[in-house]
Amino acid sequence: MEAFTLDDLRALLRECAGEPGGSLDGDHILDTTFAELGYDSLAVMEAAARVRRRYGVVLPEEVTQVESTLRAFVDAVRAQTQAQAV
Amino acid sequence: MTGIGVVAPTGIGREEYWEATRAGGSAIAPITRFDASKYRARLAGQVPDFDPAERLPSHLLPQTDPMTQYALIAAEHALDDAGIIPEQLPEYAAGVVTAAAYGGFEFGQGELQNLWSKGGEYVSAYQSFAWFYAVNTGQISIRHGMRGPGRVIVTEQAGGLDAVAQARRQVRGGTPVVVTGGADSALCPWGWVSQIANGRVSLREEPHRAYLPFSREACGYVPGEGAALLIVEDADSAHARGARRYGEVAGYAATFDPPPGSGRPPGLERAIRMALADAEVTPQEVDVVFADAAGVPDLDAVEAAALRAVFGEREVPVTAPKTGTGRLASAGACLDLVAAFLALRDQVIPPTPNVTRAHVAHPIALVGPEPVSASLQTALVLARGIGGFNAAMVIRRAA
Repeated sequence: MEAFTLDDLRALLRECAGEPGGSLDGDHILDTTFAELGYDSLAVMEAAARVRRRYGVVLPEEVTQVESTLRAFVDAVRAQTQAQAV
Repeated sequence: MTGIGVVAPTGIGREEYWEATRAGGSAIAPITRFDASKYRARLAGQVPDFDPAERLPSHLLPQTDPMTQYALIAAEHALDDAGIIPEQLPEYAAGVVTAAAYGGFEFGQGELQNLWSKGGEYVSAYQSFAWFYAVNTGQISIRHGMRGPGRVIVTEQAGGLDAVAQARRQVRGGTPVVVTGGADSALCPWGWVSQIANGRVSLREEPHRAYLPFSREACGYVPGEGAALLIVEDADSAHARGARRYGEVAGYAATFDPPPGSGRPPGLERAIRMALADAEVTPQEVDVVFADAAGVPDLDAVEAAALRAVFGEREVPVTAPKTGTGRLASAGACLDLVAAFLALRDQVIPPTPNVTRAHVAHPIALVGPEPVSASLQTALVLARGIGGFNAAMVIRRAA
């Protein structure tokens, strides 16, 4: 399976929660938090639920908070899917 | 009252709705939103198809039922119409009071289908609030940053008046601006069976003969969907900012019917008398009545008798433009208020589509299917909600 990337998260967020804080374009958003992009806790919960459905992995709670960065979320999905593949 | 927002079967936007209403237009038609062919009732007043993505920000789409989308669009229109920019108001200066009777049926049905066909992990996190009657008040409040009083009324059709009365109370209590009104939609299989189950929904097939209140052919009502939102403001502060005023809420009362078999009379007449007293208006001063118009023969008889008792031999004009939209539950009576304010503005009584005077079965002066020009200063709007709710509101034209 291809490794999970920021583009995957971008698509996921657009699909389940839109773009409340403006455009998600650009790689600079990796180090911003969900809250800074206008997402609330339900939006992050919804994104995590879709990751679980699609990739069969459960993310640790510390990366599914509104204060988490997108990088932490992406890295956690990668780590979990790789661990699963081993 | 300084702003109007409408999402109705006969039009989206104040003037589109009003043009259709004045002309006696009807949107009652076979249901297209879902396959209704297997149900006993197959007609509804549906809001015309539109792309929500063109009218609402993307993040609100995955978390809103149609009723909430209608409420958000109508609230934005009403604020624009009133010339209010919420961000410029003090944080707690604006409140929101809405009515909803059904909740988010369509959204909820989708999530129930996910739950039972795929599993709990497929249920949207947004189901936690999207189904809820109170969500329209919350979403409007969040979107526009209105942190004043937030209230929700659940009294079915009466809710459209009860919410506006509650808004008046908040204004009197010191909140300068309140967004208020009603929104409802339940046009999906789950919502539809729930509506049909009340036994009052018309089963007739022909759109022009399906909802004929006060007629000898009355056979129930046709359900509709939509939202009507108003801006209610303190009269002095509206005047101070030079706001255009449609008119004022002059009087209101709500009553509750006694239980069946009690022998006590229904509460509608009492609501009318108390609302007139609250407005300090005599029956002679009422120029037009917007009827609840249940379309169920015994309920029509109750309303006609209440009007007869209050107005006596005087033939006060009665209209029910909702025969062109169907009954919109919580949105319905507020949409009647919109029509009443615009009737006062334009000095014309909108017609009661499809109901011909010759067929009226009660001693009331129903206007029939053509508009009537008249000198109008004061209107009375009536609403009854399933479960025993009665509400009456008196409005006056802007001076």
